[in-house]
Amino acid sequence: MSKLQTAAQAIARIEDGMTIGIGGWGPRRKPMALVRELLRSDVKDLTVVAYGGADVGMLCASGKVKKVVFAFVSLDFIPLEPYFRQARQSGVIETMEIDEGMMLLGLRAAAWRIPYIPTSLGLGTDVVKVNPGLKVIDSPYDDKEWVAMPALKLDVALIHADRADERGVCQIKGPDLYMDDWFARAAETTIVSCDELVATETFAQGDEARSVHWERSQTQSVVHVPGGAHPTSCTPLYGFDVAHFKAYNASAKDGGFEGYFNQFIAGKTEEEYQQAVGGLDAIRQLSLPVY
Amino acid sequence: MTTPATDYSLAELMIVAGAEAFRNDGEVLATGIGLIPRLAASLAMKTFNAELMMTDSEAWMLSEPNPVSGRSSHEGQKQETWMGFSRIFDNVWSGKRHAMVGPTQIDRYGQANISALGGTYEQPKVQMLGVRGFPGNSINHANSFFVPAHNIRVFVDGECDMVGSIGYNPERLPKGYSLEDIDIRLVVTDLCVMDWNGPNHMLQLRSLHPGIDVEQVLANTGFEIHVPNEVPVTPAPTAQQLEIIRQLDPENWRAKQLKDNPPGDRR
Repeated sequence: MSKLQTAAQAIARIEDGMTIGIGGWGPRRKPMALVRELLRSDVKDLTVVAYGGADVGMLCASGKVKKVVFAFVSLDFIPLEPYFRQARQSGVIETMEIDEGMMLLGLRAAAWRIPYIPTSLGLGTDVVKVNPGLKVIDSPYDDKEWVAMPALKLDVALIHADRADERGVCQIKGPDLYMDDWFARAAETTIVSCDELVATETFAQGDEARSVHWERSQTQSVVHVPGGAHPTSCTPLYGFDVAHFKAYNASAKDGGFEGYFNQFIAGKTEEEYQQAVGGLDAIRQLSLPVY
Repeated sequence: MTTPATDYSLAELMIVAGAEAFRNDGEVLATGIGLIPRLAASLAMKTFNAELMMTDSEAWMLSEPNPVSGRSSHEGQKQETWMGFSRIFDNVWSGKRHAMVGPTQIDRYGQANISALGGTYEQPKVQMLGVRGFPGNSINHANSFFVPAHNIRVFVDGECDMVGSIGYNPERLPKGYSLEDIDIRLVVTDLCVMDWNGPNHMLQLRSLHPGIDVEQVLANTGFEIHVPNEVPVTPAPTAQQLEIIRQLDPENWRAKQLKDNPPGDRR
């Protein structure tokens, strides 16, 4: 069974009001080509769950977001995401602000098909005050109270992987897969873009299968987009595009998102986008960050 | 080599003072967020607490801390354990970690904020990062604070605008917890070193950096702190410590961390 689709076909699965999870972390291995396709669509009123970076900022700036479930939204080397910041400061989005680990627990609860996971995370802080939907419960086993982190059920997860076959076997060879396996498991429908489309035989070689972190039954759609994480990184294939992020950040003060969107995304194919940012070869030359 | 140096920067003094936070930690993951805290934890690991664990800030645990400057790749680093972000949470929830973090606001209870400032929660005046890992860190393991500019905008009167980490606040204490379950250690600022061991976990002055007096600290702190009768001067770095700091930061990025890179001794 082939799960291969174009980005437009895959993104057509997303409907108004859905909850979508986005893999990656800040400026790292975000499914940006899928996000760009979503930006070109007329979908709206989304709830977005993410360890957020420009993916969340762009979706907020384009008016597609009703609610953000987040622990942070950051470009890391540029600490504050400019368009998320604007959205929050203008009061136009609803939020569920939780600890990074609470998000992981919420995804796990959804993946495991249980309603919540008890945790100490958030106790004693404003996290339990600003999220009225978040319940604090007694334990049947001790005298303490616990936060009942609810399952973060996703209608759709968007993930970028290094490699995939058309059956949905996805490989991430970078040193960290972040929480992508849990995003895939928490979602009804998981759409994976990949830098390289490979034959199933690839995974039979050496220890290649060790870098496959979820079963193909968790992947419903495979989209082949070389360089599809740009401007975020896809270690070890390429680093993130510092110059592009700086220009993106500056656009918030000069021209706004409409200017950025018109320059890079509106009416463009992914190939045209890549030409506008220097081409696929240039993306592949981006060096990896070292801290 | 243990002779106190006479020529050192304030950044170096704060690195050495910050390292003290990790001295008696034993085998825990030391995480310094930001260049000076990272150098503080690295110095502790290289000198008086070799048991400490540290990551490369990416996905690996190291047996030797990486230099903070002068590297262009991860090649050759002393990896010992895979430590992706999901495993960081396993470590956090085990309690075997001590983080030194730089909050934007700290209140009298040791509660801290990096999320948002002013306005309302629904529409903050300034959106910052979000609570990140502060809630989970603060209820699971030791935390110390690094404050590069000690002033009343950081040490706020009243509670933090968004309380992201649990502190010594009886009003917010969860059921089944005591204040002794909260573990906030040192506060290292550009003026002094403090801890939370004053009466009823009040913030108290522990040492003053050379050339700083008590009045400067009080005037720049938005709430009452405990001042013991005798407040020592923060010990100067030793020649050995300065040499190790130079090895950990060969390109002297520490000189760019504090405005105008002041000297450590301001007498």
